[in-house]
Amino acid sequence: MPPADTDTDRTVSEMPDGLWSMPQPTVPAPIADVAEPIQRIRVPASMHYRYTPGTAPTRFLLGLAEKKILGERDPVNGDVYVPPRGMSPVVGLPTTEQVELSDHGSLAAFCVVHIGFGVNAPPTPFVSALVLLDGAATSVYGTLLEIPIEEVRIGMRVEAVWVDDAELTTSFENIRYWRPLDEPDVPAATLQGHM
Amino acid sequence: MSGANRVAVVGVGQTKYAAVRGDVSLAGLLREAAYRALADAHLTMDDIDAIIVGKAPDFFEGVMMPEGYLAEALGAVGKPLFRVHTAGSVGGSTAIVAASHIESGVHERVLTIGWEMQSCSEAMWALSFPLPFQQQLVAGAGGYFAPYIREYMRRSDAPDDIGILVALKDRLNALKNPYAHLHEPDITYDSVKESFMLWEPIRYSETCPSSDGAIALVLAGEQAAEASAASTGVAPAWIHGTSMRSEPAMASGRDQVSPQASRDCAADVYQQAGITNPRQQVDVVEMYVPFSWYEPMWLESLGFAEVNAGWKMTESGATQRTGDLPVNCSGGVLSTNPIGASGMIRFGEAAMQVRNQAGDHQIDGARVAVGHAYGGAAQFFAMWVVGSAKP
Amino acid sequence: MAPTRDVAIVSFAQSDHRRAASDTNEVEMIQPVIHGALDKIGAKIADIGFTCSGSSDYLAGQAFSFVMTLDAVGAFPPIMESHVEMDGAWALYEAWLKIQAGHADTALVYGYSKASPGDLPRVLSRQLDPYYYGPLWPDSVALAGLQARAMLDAGLITEAEMAGIAHRSREAARGNPHAQIKGSAPIDQLLAEDYLSDPLRVHDVPPITDGGAAIVLAAGDRAREWVDRPAWIRGIDHRIDSHNLGARDLTAAPSAKLAGEKAGIGAGAVDVAELHAPFTHQEKILTTALGLGGSTVINPSGGPLAANPVMGAGLIRLGEVANRIMDGEANRGVAHATSGHLLQQNLVAVLEGDA
Repeated sequence: MPPADTDTDRTVSEMPDGLWSMPQPTVPAPIADVAEPIQRIRVPASMHYRYTPGTAPTRFLLGLAEKKILGERDPVNGDVYVPPRGMSPVVGLPTTEQVELSDHGSLAAFCVVHIGFGVNAPPTPFVSALVLLDGAATSVYGTLLEIPIEEVRIGMRVEAVWVDDAELTTSFENIRYWRPLDEPDVPAATLQGHM
Repeated sequence: MSGANRVAVVGVGQTKYAAVRGDVSLAGLLREAAYRALADAHLTMDDIDAIIVGKAPDFFEGVMMPEGYLAEALGAVGKPLFRVHTAGSVGGSTAIVAASHIESGVHERVLTIGWEMQSCSEAMWALSFPLPFQQQLVAGAGGYFAPYIREYMRRSDAPDDIGILVALKDRLNALKNPYAHLHEPDITYDSVKESFMLWEPIRYSETCPSSDGAIALVLAGEQAAEASAASTGVAPAWIHGTSMRSEPAMASGRDQVSPQASRDCAADVYQQAGITNPRQQVDVVEMYVPFSWYEPMWLESLGFAEVNAGWKMTESGATQRTGDLPVNCSGGVLSTNPIGASGMIRFGEAAMQVRNQAGDHQIDGARVAVGHAYGGAAQFFAMWVVGSAKP
Repeated sequence: MAPTRDVAIVSFAQSDHRRAASDTNEVEMIQPVIHGALDKIGAKIADIGFTCSGSSDYLAGQAFSFVMTLDAVGAFPPIMESHVEMDGAWALYEAWLKIQAGHADTALVYGYSKASPGDLPRVLSRQLDPYYYGPLWPDSVALAGLQARAMLDAGLITEAEMAGIAHRSREAARGNPHAQIKGSAPIDQLLAEDYLSDPLRVHDVPPITDGGAAIVLAAGDRAREWVDRPAWIRGIDHRIDSHNLGARDLTAAPSAKLAGEKAGIGAGAVDVAELHAPFTHQEKILTTALGLGGSTVINPSGGPLAANPVMGAGLIRLGEVANRIMDGEANRGVAHATSGHLLQQNLVAVLEGDA
């Protein structure tokens, strides 16, 4: 039989006898007065995983350690993917040719975030940005600082702000954030399909 | 349909959706939906040939491939049990896979369940815990989609408050759906507008909740559907078309505002169902809108509105229950979101509409309904068209 | 109503299975396998009507892990695609249904995992009833040990037989260029080893493997356009038993028996069988359940004892039988896949070449 309804729904039909062909278990009467019924159990679980970045991401991360942004080229269409994940998803073939990209790009899309997520989130509100680097076909994520939020617009030119050389590691965190470049905006329409 | 065996929905069962269903175990949650669907169909578990289950990442419940443990609870011992996982669209794709069990001629009656018990773990963590070597999205889930919403607003020149209108509509619709998670009788335009801004332009009240819940459908082949209908007196919801499309998350040339996979999925299902003018021929739509602005965006890529004009449909009231194309009369994902179930809830609510079973949120005379689900980086799409007439 | 279309396996590719593919991520690991299966028959993604894969987030240690793998397929323009959180053998079943339903004439199926990032026996302990079994953290090897103990105590197998299965399988794997473990110490040496998890010794358990496989399905004439001798799927079925270890006889696999009957094993001679028995004693359970013996060659590939990429090992069994049919080595074969602990869920397919 269904448990006593604690919800507001009253449109449910009564379950007719024999609906379930499997026998109903005999449930002993609750030990009221003696123990609380158990409604939840807490099962802590922890497991460790040793992740592999993969061949192409490894190349990319090693490049980042040297302040280089290395995209990789679709072998058929020539599009440059950054960060590279090993394949051009359009053709399903490995990207192998590395292309060093500048750390200048255009703001392809953005939103203003008022509730960050994770230990690395900057103070809110902040601009979460998708930056299309010059020469790339896909955008990278970042945060956009050093500009009043209301002046942020799609198509504006931006550049990366890196950590100090001594702090460089094999990680995206080498790029602290993006900031405006004093160059004319690019038309927003040119960024469609690349965000 | 491609001449394959006809399939219909003959039973729909839902759990009461809530932030925490502390009154049931995982098995209890699924059984609540399953036996409601069977009761709806006047069938018993013995009548079911196969069980097809769908849900999203197993980290939500902390159990790897939980359908194995649920075999007895689902009456699956000695039967085929199948588990689909296609990210957010999973509820929809699961229903489609279930339909193929009958279309293929293999089975006659199947039970399909979409479910999630997100309260078992920390849902935001389960959804996207950070991984090394990958860029962390410090903006969070909504922060992923908000830039594309902004881009839609830029292209379409939409007024700022279209999202507010969608959230208000869906949450008010939910008040007429006793199963819905969020029941906010005091919600108003201003209360939505004044709610906390999360990722501009998405406010707290324009964002889906995290829910526990399950929905079950009983699908039947033609003869079994007619027999069930004769017994229950409720018409089957005949499946007129099903479609799925996927595209990669980061392909050069992708348009996340109007993904090609979305357009292709819709074109395919309409072609199967003989729909040439969706706005005219479809009576009611249940579409997957987890963040308010996706209503106008999907209206366009699903062919109900011209490009850059979806917001006008919303603004005009066309998608209200009183409009000419009601959208999300159930309250939608904005009111209820157990991720593994949400797609199937759309599919199931579409079926309920053409079976005249939607109670207080029924659209009178609904004969053709669309169910839609999407997932991932707006990259996985599943749709079906159901109708009260046989295809 | 019964399924009416003739559907065949026309191509099969698998990775060179190894303990840890530490240089590649899952996408890079499976991409050559997917394209290997396509290239064998000169097919492109545009020739494929439906794509379906099998994998597990818990193995990958990542939510939605299959999403990234789509990059390996070339899914733009968009494709009809789906995914199961199950072994690729079930992805093949979904694809088979899709073709039977008339929504596609061809399908690409793949299944894979990297077990190396996590501690596999511990990860698999999460695939248990979370109220009664999970909190005890029994690892997958210990659970298999319970079943082996039940077999031994019932007189259904001996430790020597188990070692014999291990020896035969891994010696056969010498002929399999993709196998991870090729060759075996002699049986008496195997039996002299200490127990790993009494009564199981190291040779009784499968290796931990990173790897995957891909298969192309095609219907009717399309199959014949691609290969001269398609491996027709004459029957395919899957069933599940109770999860409750105390509620079923661990020395038997009723769901395998039932699936075998539904798939029509008994309708003819079985030249070759590839059984997804990760533990040695399980092969005996399966040959009994499926009624195999006599002249049937069991696991000529070496089976899961030679390479066991979880989520791919079942699909590989289908491919190995198909290959032998397509090569003309065999005429009729049985492929089996399992899921869950202790042979809880089983899929059986009967494959046959043209007469």
